[in-house]
Amino acid sequence: MLAFTLRRAIQAIGVMIAVGIIAFSMFRFAGDPVNQMVGMDTSGAERAAIRKSLGLDDPVLVQFGRYIGNAAQFKFGVSYQFRLPVTNLLIERMPATLELAIVATIFAMVSGILMGVYSALRRDSWLAHVFQAVSLIGISLPTFLIGILLIYLFSVTLGWLPSFGRGDVVRIGWWTTGLLTLSGLKALIMPAITLGLFQMTLIMRLVRAEMLEVMRTDYIRFARARGLTTRAIHFGHALRNTLVPVITVAGLQFGSVIAFAIITETVFQWPGMGLLFVQAVQNVDIPIMAAYLMMVSLIFVTINLVVDILYTIVDPRLRSTVSRAH
Amino acid sequence: MTESILSVRNLQVEFASRRGTLRAIDGVSFDIAKGEVLGVVGESGAGKSVTGLSVIGLIDPPGRIAGGEIHLAGLRIDNLPAEEMRRIRGKRIGMIFQDPLTSLNPLYRVGDQIIETIRTHLSLSETAARRRAIDLLAEVGIPAPEKRIDGYPHEFSGGMRQRVVIALAICAEPELIIADEPTTALDVSVQAQIISLIKRLGRDHGTAVMLVTHDMGVIAETSDRVAVMYAGRVAEIGPVQDVVRNPLHPYAKGLMGAIPTLAGDDKRLVQIPGSMPRLSAIPRGCSFNPRCAFAFDRCRVERPEPLSRGTQSVACHLYDTVPAESAA
Repeated sequence: MLAFTLRRAIQAIGVMIAVGIIAFSMFRFAGDPVNQMVGMDTSGAERAAIRKSLGLDDPVLVQFGRYIGNAAQFKFGVSYQFRLPVTNLLIERMPATLELAIVATIFAMVSGILMGVYSALRRDSWLAHVFQAVSLIGISLPTFLIGILLIYLFSVTLGWLPSFGRGDVVRIGWWTTGLLTLSGLKALIMPAITLGLFQMTLIMRLVRAEMLEVMRTDYIRFARARGLTTRAIHFGHALRNTLVPVITVAGLQFGSVIAFAIITETVFQWPGMGLLFVQAVQNVDIPIMAAYLMMVSLIFVTINLVVDILYTIVDPRLRSTVSRAH
Repeated sequence: MTESILSVRNLQVEFASRRGTLRAIDGVSFDIAKGEVLGVVGESGAGKSVTGLSVIGLIDPPGRIAGGEIHLAGLRIDNLPAEEMRRIRGKRIGMIFQDPLTSLNPLYRVGDQIIETIRTHLSLSETAARRRAIDLLAEVGIPAPEKRIDGYPHEFSGGMRQRVVIALAICAEPELIIADEPTTALDVSVQAQIISLIKRLGRDHGTAVMLVTHDMGVIAETSDRVAVMYAGRVAEIGPVQDVVRNPLHPYAKGLMGAIPTLAGDDKRLVQIPGSMPRLSAIPRGCSFNPRCAFAFDRCRVERPEPLSRGTQSVACHLYDTVPAESAA
């Protein structure tokens, strides 16, 4: 178990170094950073001085080593546009994005699992057909369109919910939360639904398919032959067996929820990291782009690692094959 | 005969399909007495498993019981509401399926599955149920049961898993056990152990056993009586030694002729020509007539009904004293 975790952790570090190479090479391919920072009237000597102070005249490998070393300590340099450390900018905006992503994922998991279980157990009911139709919409409509439609309906036409921003936030240490104020909660509803809708339909379809599959297995038939209650069979046996793959997908999807938040944050002008990234792209603010790339990768890699470990906890068969492999 | 635990009368099971209704079971009748082992034998698709499943009420749609009656110790059970039938399953009728590798939920410890079943049917505390589960595991021959009870199914071998499945089937002292090909998925050496275990449990607890198999050897070894099924009907039923030594129905004769002997004579085994008809193309008259060497005109027109011949009952016109002319 420990060896397994350790091996996976080493693999994860390898992936992060590969991502670091890509992030680092962005600086070299996207033009001369000094030219981005200084005005037209800066003299050549001044440019050289800046170049030297930033260490840009060192050999590439030295620069890369320094970049990775700094990145490992979460130092990503100074933003060209804001003239502030990138790390501070990201941390400042992280609570908004994480809150949005977590609420969206909880929404997607809860409603996706409920709808999936319902449409598997009551396959021919009209509600199950409605769920199927809704899931088709959720899977095929692009996120920004859903966001805009929601804004049109609930903000413009009905005037119930704010169309942009995060509402009032409360500061707890370095973390800011919108979950404690009414306007913050109201502002969260539409972005969370928009962001979570795709995951919800995905989870719903997965749960439905898996559950139908599990219900056909011999051990469910045997559970019925043992006279267990329908409730125990559906929720004790079938659902638990269904949840194994669902955990993986939902876990892996959490990474893409954060990554996809870029679009949702843009539509709703949500002050999170995604919006920061979009602005950085528009202004060729490479330190922010590189840091964002590294950070999203780190989240993905971490989630993968956690899911692998969780998997062995949920499924006892993996536990023993894992320990037997050593 | 002593009181019968299970009585099946004229059972009919139909499956709705796109090309009309298929009749998988067509007028099957038999009884199983207390403590008796009835072997049900026949080719694949003869309706053996479907018969077992309809007794325990687990025929899945589009299948349904279309006619006939099933009585368990006098109580009619084929038309019970789902919830009442659920209470009978596992408590009064236990079932053992073919494949022990897939019969247990892989995510739960075997002990939890046994305790869950015990507590569904008997009002026992968690600790009492656990003690009972350990006793059961010991009874079905699992070594060190107090340790193995916390094992997961994948930690057991095929034969050991089938023992766990048997423990699950008997955990509420059922009056009837339906064993649907309990040894087919196992090694030959393990088969014999499982068969003798089922036989011993049936004897010790006075449990009636319906043993579905296509293995005549297993039947000859364990059963008191045997029912030979063909195309959804009982061709012949009777005490096992009579049916094996002196089969009456031409199909039963063919089956017994196909049992290899240990005597080592190098005679070719008898083969029944042709194969069983599909459900959508059951021939008119006796369903066996196209493959039967003794078929005559009446067999192609009229369906034979069971006739009593000594201890045996046989559905064949050869044993009907009524002349062929008057029947048409």
